[in-house]
Amino acid sequence: MKDKILLAHGDGGLLTHHLILEHFIRPFNNPILAQMADAARIQVSTRDLAFTTDSFVINPIFFPGGDIGKLAVCGTVNDLAVSGAQPCFLAASFIIEEGFSLNDLDRIISSMASTAATAGVAIVAGDTKVVERGSVDKIFVNTAGIGVFSPETILGVEKIEDGDVVIINGCIGEHGMAVLSGREGLGFETSIISDCACLNQIIQELMARHATIKFMRDPTRGGLAATINEIASASAKDIYLFEDKIPVSDEVRWAAEMLGMDPLYLANEGKFVIVASREEEKEIISSLRNHTLGRNAAAIGEIRKGSGNVYLKTCLGATKLIKMPVGQQLPRIC
Amino acid sequence: MELLQKYRDPELGKQILLRIKHQVGRPLRIMEVCGTHTVAISRFGIRELLHGILDFRSGPGCPVCVTDSGEIDQMVELAKLPNVIVVTFGDLMKVPGSYSSLSQEKTKGCDVRIVYSPLDGLKIARDNPQKQVVFLGIGFETTIPVFSLCLEEAMEKGIGNFSVLSAQKTVPPALEALLNDAAINIDGFILPGHVSAILGRQCFEFLASKYNMPAVITGFEPVDILAAVALLCEMICQGQAKVLNAYTRVVREEGNPAAKSAIDKFFIPVPAVWRGLGLIPASGMRLREEYAMFDAGRIFEINLSPAQLLPGCVCGEVLKGKITPRECQLFGNACSPVHPVGPCMVSSEGACMAYFQYEGGMGRV
Amino acid sequence: MCLAVPARVTMIEGIYAEIELFGNTRRIGISLVPMVQVGDYVLVHAGYALHTIDEKEALETLRLLEEVYGTLAEI
Repeated sequence: MKDKILLAHGDGGLLTHHLILEHFIRPFNNPILAQMADAARIQVSTRDLAFTTDSFVINPIFFPGGDIGKLAVCGTVNDLAVSGAQPCFLAASFIIEEGFSLNDLDRIISSMASTAATAGVAIVAGDTKVVERGSVDKIFVNTAGIGVFSPETILGVEKIEDGDVVIINGCIGEHGMAVLSGREGLGFETSIISDCACLNQIIQELMARHATIKFMRDPTRGGLAATINEIASASAKDIYLFEDKIPVSDEVRWAAEMLGMDPLYLANEGKFVIVASREEEKEIISSLRNHTLGRNAAAIGEIRKGSGNVYLKTCLGATKLIKMPVGQQLPRIC
Repeated sequence: MELLQKYRDPELGKQILLRIKHQVGRPLRIMEVCGTHTVAISRFGIRELLHGILDFRSGPGCPVCVTDSGEIDQMVELAKLPNVIVVTFGDLMKVPGSYSSLSQEKTKGCDVRIVYSPLDGLKIARDNPQKQVVFLGIGFETTIPVFSLCLEEAMEKGIGNFSVLSAQKTVPPALEALLNDAAINIDGFILPGHVSAILGRQCFEFLASKYNMPAVITGFEPVDILAAVALLCEMICQGQAKVLNAYTRVVREEGNPAAKSAIDKFFIPVPAVWRGLGLIPASGMRLREEYAMFDAGRIFEINLSPAQLLPGCVCGEVLKGKITPRECQLFGNACSPVHPVGPCMVSSEGACMAYFQYEGGMGRV
Repeated sequence: MCLAVPARVTMIEGIYAEIELFGNTRRIGISLVPMVQVGDYVLVHAGYALHTIDEKEALETLRLLEEVYGTLAEI
């Protein structure tokens, strides 16, 4: 049983201490965390702070292109980044099912550590609980993050105007499809890998160059359809998307066909949607395409006067209403 | 593959659209009897583009939608049995029976699993030898032979804990039942491409010879659908009634003999209740006596109270093409994908869901 | 009613085959298409090939459409 997480790993005793020291603190390799204080003492500037949290429960926990650990870092980093803040510190909490493989835990932690290092954020606080078998599905991870706003960036839906363009940094649906391919019962092999990535660097570069960006959001679960609907409804404007402009890889398009799903509703973990004025469209796209995370960037839609609806102009020229997704898309045969 | 992508060519599609608009003199009402066509027509925006010229009615072509609430009740009761894993296609999860759905039972703790293929169900049976695995079989001629092959494999590999609850149905008897209903007012049919791949064009000849009804078999790409609609309109306008095959890359005159004999080997036609259409002779499929050991309906004894009608739900009228979803009092109000009342709002290829998801709920055309 | 996608057969193993569709692969049953060969396109539904896709017919249909509707780009 040496390679499994036991309830005793969560009882606060010797095993807990050892687990935290060897399996969390060492790989996270951070002086603030290493103090093992009850709270991390951190220095941030006098500027406004962004503060967010997100929990990660995913099946399977390892998927092509990532794992629950990488996802937990990227998810919170991206929420800070699309708000216009520079992510600085993360806290991470783990709820682990007894019997979970220690080896898998190490893989998850090491993936979190390297993702955080690449993104330039420090994991400075954390917590671990072990619960009885069946109380959670393998492992749940929560991350919270703090970021700092730069004084000149103010993003907000209220800045969105008629005629603005909607831009995305690449192909949609990759995360959703990569995860589905790993599920029991749907087993198909695919070259699709999750787009899971930290967006803070590409966003920082972009904002440094294009101070007039009005709004950003990352289209995670619910897909592009959900995010565009949120933007439309918050700004009380209509948004028109153009079917032939939305980047989707052939792999994702046809895997979605096979399972009877629509890529518009599939999750992304390394995409962000930008609203900006039309004059900046070309420059923003060319800045994005200079970055590895923006190679397939495209202008996919426009803002029009309206009342919060989202429409899709189909390739045949029809206009369709695109609704908020209802429930999870299930694979279908019919 | 590139060749097949030409069937998505928007320019060709637009040309055909233009032709249809010029060709049609009076508004025509045509019915598609395949849920995948319903979804495609909505998804590509074809319904909107031909609005005022063509009135598309969605027939009983979604196997989920025509599954009677009594059948759902039976599935729900099976799911509740101890030591049983219920396996099915995603489509069926949220369909309301008289008092519950599979999705609700799953929430309460029943072991209900979604798969892509019956083969995956067989694997679950092999991995859980101590449990009974019941596949809830829905589908039309396309899916029935797949179940036959799956059972064949179960026999070969000696998998004894796998069974099927057959709620499968066949399309031609349902079309015949529709056409025998005097109140149906349809100018022509778009026929299901993949059912026809199994049955062959011949099996639908009766539409023309017996009912003087023009019909076109077609595939599911925008160009397939538009080309078929154009052919159908031409026949209607010229007063012709033929059953044409516009999906020759897949559909042959005689269909797929191997698939037909796979169906015959395991199943026999029986009368079946269709939601909205009622009892239709020889339209259901039951496992033959010699394969009773795979028939969940015979293995598990389930006592059901009579199925309840869903109050206010007129899915039946929608399935018969008598009304469009928007004409239903519940549509978009009491009945939406969040709280579906009837099956047409549940299934992703149900007419109401297609209207709601792609064409804007209430009030918008 | 019956969602099926076209895919190319890349390997045959008795009554099973490996199919490929733009980087997505899956093992499917091919008992319903006894004459199928590697390289053929089949229509896949619920884990089985329902029918082969006749490339000549696919081309012929497009050619006819082109004749009638004119504008199709070179194929």
